[in-house]
Amino acid sequence: MASASLAQAATLNLPHVEYSRFLPILILIGGALGILLLASLVAGRVAQAWWTVLSVATAGAAGGAACWLWIDIQQHGPGTAVDEALRIDGFSVWFTFVICSAVVLFSLTADGYVQRERLGGPEIHVLALLSASGGLLMAYANDLLVLFLGLEILSIALYVMAGFHRRRDESGEAAMKYFVLGAFSSAIFLYGVALTYGATGTTRLDQINRLLTALLASGGNRNLALAGMALMIVGLGFKVAAVPFHTWTPDVYQGSPSPVTGFMAAAAKAAGFAGLLRVLLFGLQPLRDDWRPAIWALAVLTLVAGSVLAIVQTDVKRMLAYSSINHAGYVLVGLHANNADGVAGAQYYLLTYAFTVLGSFAVVSVVARRGDDATSIEDYRGLYARKPLLAVAFAILLAAQAGVPLTTGFLAKFAVIRAATSGDDYSLGIVAMLVTAVAAFYYLRLIVTMFATPEGVDDEHPDSEGSVAVLTRQRAGLRVMPATSAAIAVSVAMTVGAGLWAGPLLDFAKRATIFFPG
Amino acid sequence: MAALLLAQEAGARGGSFPSLTAAIVLPALVGVAVALVPRRRQEAIRILGVLGTVATAALTVVIAVQFDRHEAGYQMVSKHPWIKPFGISWHLGVDGISLWLVVLTGLLFPIALLGPKVHKDLKAYTAWLLLLESAMIGAFLSLDLFLFFVFFEVGLVPMYFLIGGWGYANRTYAALKFFVYTLVGSAFLLVGIIVLANLHARSSGALTFDVVELAKTPGIAGSQLLFLAFMVAFAVKVPIFPLHTWLPDAHTEAPTAGSVILAGLMLKLGTYGILRFAIFLFPKAAKELAWLWLTAAVIGMVYGAVVATMQKDLKRLVAYSSVAHLGFIVLGAFAFTRQGMQGSVVQMVNHGISTPALFLLVGWLYERRHTRQISELKGLWKVAPVMGGVFLFVTFSAIGLPGLDGFVGEFLVLVGAYPTAKWWVVVGTTAVILAALYLLWAFQRVFQGEPDEANRHMPDLTMRERAVIAPLLVLILALGVYPKPLLDRIEPSVAKLVEHVQAEGGDTRQEPAILAGPPAEGPTP
Repeated sequence: MASASLAQAATLNLPHVEYSRFLPILILIGGALGILLLASLVAGRVAQAWWTVLSVATAGAAGGAACWLWIDIQQHGPGTAVDEALRIDGFSVWFTFVICSAVVLFSLTADGYVQRERLGGPEIHVLALLSASGGLLMAYANDLLVLFLGLEILSIALYVMAGFHRRRDESGEAAMKYFVLGAFSSAIFLYGVALTYGATGTTRLDQINRLLTALLASGGNRNLALAGMALMIVGLGFKVAAVPFHTWTPDVYQGSPSPVTGFMAAAAKAAGFAGLLRVLLFGLQPLRDDWRPAIWALAVLTLVAGSVLAIVQTDVKRMLAYSSINHAGYVLVGLHANNADGVAGAQYYLLTYAFTVLGSFAVVSVVARRGDDATSIEDYRGLYARKPLLAVAFAILLAAQAGVPLTTGFLAKFAVIRAATSGDDYSLGIVAMLVTAVAAFYYLRLIVTMFATPEGVDDEHPDSEGSVAVLTRQRAGLRVMPATSAAIAVSVAMTVGAGLWAGPLLDFAKRATIFFPG
Repeated sequence: MAALLLAQEAGARGGSFPSLTAAIVLPALVGVAVALVPRRRQEAIRILGVLGTVATAALTVVIAVQFDRHEAGYQMVSKHPWIKPFGISWHLGVDGISLWLVVLTGLLFPIALLGPKVHKDLKAYTAWLLLLESAMIGAFLSLDLFLFFVFFEVGLVPMYFLIGGWGYANRTYAALKFFVYTLVGSAFLLVGIIVLANLHARSSGALTFDVVELAKTPGIAGSQLLFLAFMVAFAVKVPIFPLHTWLPDAHTEAPTAGSVILAGLMLKLGTYGILRFAIFLFPKAAKELAWLWLTAAVIGMVYGAVVATMQKDLKRLVAYSSVAHLGFIVLGAFAFTRQGMQGSVVQMVNHGISTPALFLLVGWLYERRHTRQISELKGLWKVAPVMGGVFLFVTFSAIGLPGLDGFVGEFLVLVGAYPTAKWWVVVGTTAVILAALYLLWAFQRVFQGEPDEANRHMPDLTMRERAVIAPLLVLILALGVYPKPLLDRIEPSVAKLVEHVQAEGGDTRQEPAILAGPPAEGPTP
């Protein structure tokens, strides 16, 4: 008996695992488990800041490993790992940077948040690191099952993070909603994978590409592949919050702890798009004439619905939720272009958006005060008078999201629209630009509210005794923790810095798309 | 970064001073410096602001002095790559069309800063004004379409805050309307710019946003869609009827400095963009569609004048007069004759002198009387003769009285446009008459008659106010009597543009001999 099973094991063809080639993922998982282990040893005896330091260091190390990978790719060209289940190329490296940046900014913001809300402990950082490892797996995937694995790792950690604020009902509600709808969409994605497997007999993206090309050349029936494609678009469309698969977004974004919402908008969206780009641009490239009209419609719907619905919101977190839907539309515009410029634009968009949105939610989590409840637009009235630097930083981040020049937000929109208008169809480019004008409305409204005179302060004499008393009272409870201000400062510096000194990052985005097959 | 740019440039040009870059960078740097001064140091902020704007004004004068009046092309060009992956460069240059607008910018900002009283937050106000100046000068000097767009858009932000923060009762609405209108227009402009660059890249293989290079793209001259994409953005900015509805609100609600800059300079971005980009890049399409814009311009002139006549609010009246006057500039631009286009440029400068002066006066009236309703103002000449005299003088300039600057521009436009756009000129001339009607009637109601109790104790212009408005008055007279230095420098560049339009426009219609003769010296009154 024993020898028989041994013989069986011997014939099992175990792949050679090149650990060094997906080191960033290993570092994230290792770091997460290490922090957990450490926490069980020194429970309660360590200052909260240490967990933040460890989490930031882990994400930083993963980013460093990605730098090393990039150098390796420069020298030896892109490659695969673990029996071609993972693809190691500029695209993977880029998304490693996106997601690791998101983890760093998130951990810095969460530090102050968990202390204020008395939710201390290493758990939130561990969950973020694990979730990020799933996101990286999606970006590295060369196999639909690996992609699904990444999607699940990313999502399950996020479900817990959404419900992390135990004493807030909204947080639990958000977690529940996210979990039910998320599980549903994962199932739909998996069904799509199954149908694609049925149509091609493989789950590997490069083989799917080859087999579909052959299938189309021979004039075979592609209906099964189309059904698989449609279901996969739906499944990933849910993750990136494309209209009409967006309905969970406002509720979940509003209910989740503010830093977690930022992480969702930055990392989960980026990972979802990484998967969507890999699947459509690479695996299903032969079906481009079928998916491009679908993406066109999704992009227009997402752009228009996201911006129009954001206008009527009175809650800042809900407004930013719809604005994040709107931003997904721009990335879809880059995807629809189906060329190297479009991928570079989409990548650049997701990286810069990660910084602006995480910075924005860092501000939101400060203004929300203890209880994480003060998130209506009225809570921002007169923020400039109370916390000038905070208001100016938020204004810059919002202006970047609105696409004001000299910020990365403008360059990102410029990049995707340029890709979208490189052919003879300008329709998406025009829709995208007009939507920018609509979107400017709600960002501006919030900025104006921040710079307006606060309630009870004399407009003409802001230095009078009564006005000062009002301001002092309103200032109480608005504490910006050092780590949070670091996160905001980094976001603003990146948004303005890369907006002015724009060449290097755009150039990197361009070179990181060499995986694009044509 | 700015210092780096300046140092790099000084090196590249063999040590000579990069005036154009400096004129853009200086106000922005001073603006940032102002933002860093503590809010309590009001005096330091004021001094810094005045020094910054005056130094910039001096720089623009240096540019005008260095300007070679025989050269038609771009002068003092500086070009450095900025965003290499997109072929975008920091490319500046000045020619006869932009020169006076830059000088005007230098002149108007110290006036806007010193003229009106600021009732709150001097620091932010000064910083926004300085950043706005940087954006304005940048937009007038850019030869790279991307760079132009950046300045064109960035200028909106300070203006938005100036209107929204320091304006009158309905300021939030007006600021938002102004911003969103312009943004919708520039949406088309940006797509137009990108498509143009993509077309150029497809034919030449190199991605660039350089205006001169882009104009060489084969088949571009007749592209009506691209021309319209550019024109929509500029037409909103000018504004050309029927896209003007944001302007009365923005002007009325804006603080005086905002109105001064808006009327004096920002509207000129539209007409300047038409001449510099829309007509230069798409001459054939511009000729084919000239009827559309001529019609819109003439409707705007008459409509603006008629609506201005009926206004009860003095500031709104001046705002509508801008709609009427800007129509003149568009009429001249689409005449495609030397005199027409020259008149158009001259009129940009003139309108940029007389309308800001009017807005200043209206602002000072409001500071004294806290109303702008014409019906509540009466007999002010008796109590404030200096203000009355200045107001009348500026009114005459706006009406186009011979001997003052307004006449030179209007005359050139009408003479230049008559051969190519006869019937439009005939209708448009009525606007000249209407201008006399609404401005003089307003003057009559506000300044003449016996002052009632409310108006009896209004103080006259202070010395500070007289000093602020004096440069504008001097210019009104000087440019009216002796416009030659102005015209001499505009002439070669306009002639070059007209030649370019004739060559690329593919039109067999020739300029009448009388106009195609030796360079016109302009009328000598």
